[in-house]
Amino acid sequence: MINKCEIEDLELVYEKPKTLTDTPMHYCPGCGHGVINKLIMEVIDELKIQDKTVGVAPVGCAVFEYRYMDIDMIEAPHGRASAVATGVKRVNPDKYVFSYQGDGDLAAIGTSETIHTVNRGENILMLFINNAIYGMTGGQMAPTTLIGQKTSTSPFGRSVKNNGFPLNITELISKLDGAFYVTRHSVHKPNSVRKLKKAIQKSFEYQKENKGTCFIEVISNCPAGWGMTPLKSNEWLEENLIPKYPLGDIKVPTKN
Amino acid sequence: MIRGTIKVDTEICKGCELCITACPQKSLGLSNNINSHGFKYVELIQDNCTGCINCALVCPDSAITVYRQSKNSIKQNKKVTV
Ligand SMILES: Cc1ncc(C[n+]2csc(CCOP(=O)(O)OP(=O)(O)O)c2C)c(N)n1
Ligand code: SF4
Ligand code: SF4
Ligand code: SF4
Ligand SMILES: [Mg+2]
Repeated sequence: MINKCEIEDLELVYEKPKTLTDTPMHYCPGCGHGVINKLIMEVIDELKIQDKTVGVAPVGCAVFEYRYMDIDMIEAPHGRASAVATGVKRVNPDKYVFSYQGDGDLAAIGTSETIHTVNRGENILMLFINNAIYGMTGGQMAPTTLIGQKTSTSPFGRSVKNNGFPLNITELISKLDGAFYVTRHSVHKPNSVRKLKKAIQKSFEYQKENKGTCFIEVISNCPAGWGMTPLKSNEWLEENLIPKYPLGDIKVPTKN
Repeated sequence: MIRGTIKVDTEICKGCELCITACPQKSLGLSNNINSHGFKYVELIQDNCTGCINCALVCPDSAITVYRQSKNSIKQNKKVTV
């Protein structure tokens, strides 16, 4: 092992954000949730809004993120995070408020809350972590699960006949007038991480200007639920999920 | 070449290998040792790190801290020893 480094004038260029606690994360090795949690806190650190931010996490693998994010956090019942975030923002209009929801949460049990929150144009950031599966409960099929994808409740692969089509809820809500900024990202490569960080930054800036709902979908992996190594899961994500859920901006604010 | 180095929190690392793939310099590898949680952890296997931070960006457990030769010393083209 190379552990001796005597570079003169070493400069610190990257460290864990200060608002991320030292508590070891409970996520499975290689899980995208960890990267996304970290990025949110990097932005909060840089914008210096630690004491002005409230996060809302519902049920799902990220249910414990209040242990990692050193900000005010509220736990919401399954699917209801955007409704809870609505309430928090309305009584605290000066706070930055975000919800952090999985696909099982935002696109299944919480579909109604999701659509109506965006339709009302609530001035919050909704982060939608789409790993095409119910990670927390043992890898069941989600609305976003791909055709042919094997899960514990679709052991022969999802079929259109039995289970319908994968739900592209992000494109759906982008058509609503309340949606101000809608974009899709991933965290499987260094450059995708950089782009997602910029989108989170922008969303908080828009929120400061009371622009309406910002919605960021993050295509993420679930190595445990998909039954793959972390490296394989990122390859599978690139080859299968991204063609179905293409990365990039879906709705961008018009000038003025 | 710009020189850099990284520090891995070997108790936090879960050996997922995502950083190994993300490193353009192929500077990283898995150790033969395991940490107290039973994970093999990541370490530098070559002294060619440029401090590009790619590994740290993709690390889900924020186990990596990155250092780089200061801008000042790059300008003065100072010799570095690793
Ligand atoms: C009212 C209610 N119904 C069902 C559950 C069980 N449950 C817990 S998490 C979850 C799905 C989580 O999937 P997702 O939102 O995609 O999050 P992930 O774990 O994949 O990140 C379900 C169905 C629950 N906790 N509460
Ligand atoms: S079950 Fe899936 S989503 Fe949940 S922590 Fe493990 S890899 Fe991540
Ligand atoms: S900082 Fe860049 S070059 Fe150095 S180990 Fe990390 S990815 Fe490789
Ligand atoms: S990405 Fe992080 S947790 Fe995964 S092997 Fe590298 S240092 Fe360890
Ligand atoms: Mg999910």
